[in-house]
Amino acid sequence: MLIEFGKVFVFLSVAVVFVIIAIIAARFIRPARPTHEKMLTYECGENPIGTPWVKFNIRFYVVALIFLIFDVEVVLLIPWALVYKGFGIGGFLVGAIFLFMLGLGMAYEWRKGDLEWVKPKVILPTLRKEPVEIKEDVAA
Amino acid sequence: MIYDFFFKLTNSNFLADLIQSLLPLFIFILPFALFAVLFERKVSAHMQDRLGPMRVGYHGILQTVADILKLVQKEDIIPTLADKPLFNIAPVLVFAGSYLAFAAIPFSSAFIGSNIDLGIIFIIAASGFVVAGILMAGWSSNNKYSLLGAMRSAAQIISYEIPTVLVVLSVIMITGTTNLLTLSEMQTGHFWNWMIFGGPVMGIAKFIFIPIMIINFVIIYISTLAEVNRTPFDIPEAESELVSGYHTEYSGMKFAMFFLSEYANMFAVSAIVAALFLGGYQSPIGYLGNLFGVHWLIPIEQFFWFTAKGIFFVFVQMWLRWTLPRLRVDQLMALCWKYLIPIAFVNLLIIGLITVL
Repeated sequence: MLIEFGKVFVFLSVAVVFVIIAIIAARFIRPARPTHEKMLTYECGENPIGTPWVKFNIRFYVVALIFLIFDVEVVLLIPWALVYKGFGIGGFLVGAIFLFMLGLGMAYEWRKGDLEWVKPKVILPTLRKEPVEIKEDVAA
Repeated sequence: MIYDFFFKLTNSNFLADLIQSLLPLFIFILPFALFAVLFERKVSAHMQDRLGPMRVGYHGILQTVADILKLVQKEDIIPTLADKPLFNIAPVLVFAGSYLAFAAIPFSSAFIGSNIDLGIIFIIAASGFVVAGILMAGWSSNNKYSLLGAMRSAAQIISYEIPTVLVVLSVIMITGTTNLLTLSEMQTGHFWNWMIFGGPVMGIAKFIFIPIMIINFVIIYISTLAEVNRTPFDIPEAESELVSGYHTEYSGMKFAMFFLSEYANMFAVSAIVAALFLGGYQSPIGYLGNLFGVHWLIPIEQFFWFTAKGIFFVFVQMWLRWTLPRLRVDQLMALCWKYLIPIAFVNLLIIGLITVL
């Protein structure tokens, strides 16, 4: 008797073998007449200029980072979601505090403009320009 | 279970397992893809007041078969500048990722590939394979369109995974299980026991759950739509700007594999939504098998209901494709991070509070 994850492994093997067999089987039917033009990178008929393997937009990196934070949080919440009912209101509060702190983190990201796709205007901390009013009611 | 049936038939663990893991592929995915491609073309044609394919067979029903015959005969081109090993591995990974999800989908009470306790979490994890495959395909093609498409696709899939998981988490909190078979069994009875109507909860809590679960249903439907890169969220394969996204350079059988896994994914996400919120394989009106006392009929009816729910959601996906315009990339990210995730967070907290009170 296979364990249940063993069956999953058989599924994975079937998927991999199916793709490989399909590609190899097609090799016997399809033609193979490569020419220089056919093997060029396809850019709508134009000759490709430069390589696409260049530095990419940093936005994708930031999105991946934020995703990583949230995904780790979710992984931590799954066991909590399965057992918190057994601990009553205290069990719920533990998760709620955790979620609240995450919400704070997300509010920070939002305020900093990291959820914006278009690069936001940087808000620098500045000193106040106008003179501070001195309270004069002490004299009375 | 279907595994025990094949075990009695072949008297071998390995053969029984092999047969049952081939079943979803040959009795489900391939016929479904044949049907869905034609269905999509017909739906889009009729929505635009056209007829669609009409020549091959009666009203074009054999069109997809003809397309596949054509696709098999196409030359398999690997560009000289491409990274060959990665270029060849990518279709395998993408198809494996979408097929793995079918291992844990409960088609009926007797037909589930592998009854693992972590069912729904496993399906979400398996979809991570697809992201890796897509990135690999885009990077190895050495083509600007492919790379752009792959990057957008990856960013979109991982972003929309968060609302999906948060909604799944709220379902787990109500039911207390991640096993999809148990989850479907809990929604038995009639349609008011489905999770979209609050699930098998009694009393006043159920009435509070109904609006929350309907909102959750909308959130998970939107985000699964984005995860399979369907229109409103199809900037990864936007035909008018990137030729066809990450599989621009693929041709022949490798392209067919990407295509197949795309359609398999469309059904897989619809099946997840149906299994979590619409009672899985449960019938909304009761079974004929119970009525006539024929017990072997019930799993077949359940299979019918599950497929019907899945195909209905696939139809809604096609419907949306011709109804909504494509979202811009900043709107896409704003929808996910500024609307769906905060709403899902609040729903999670409300559900937690109600279930402990």
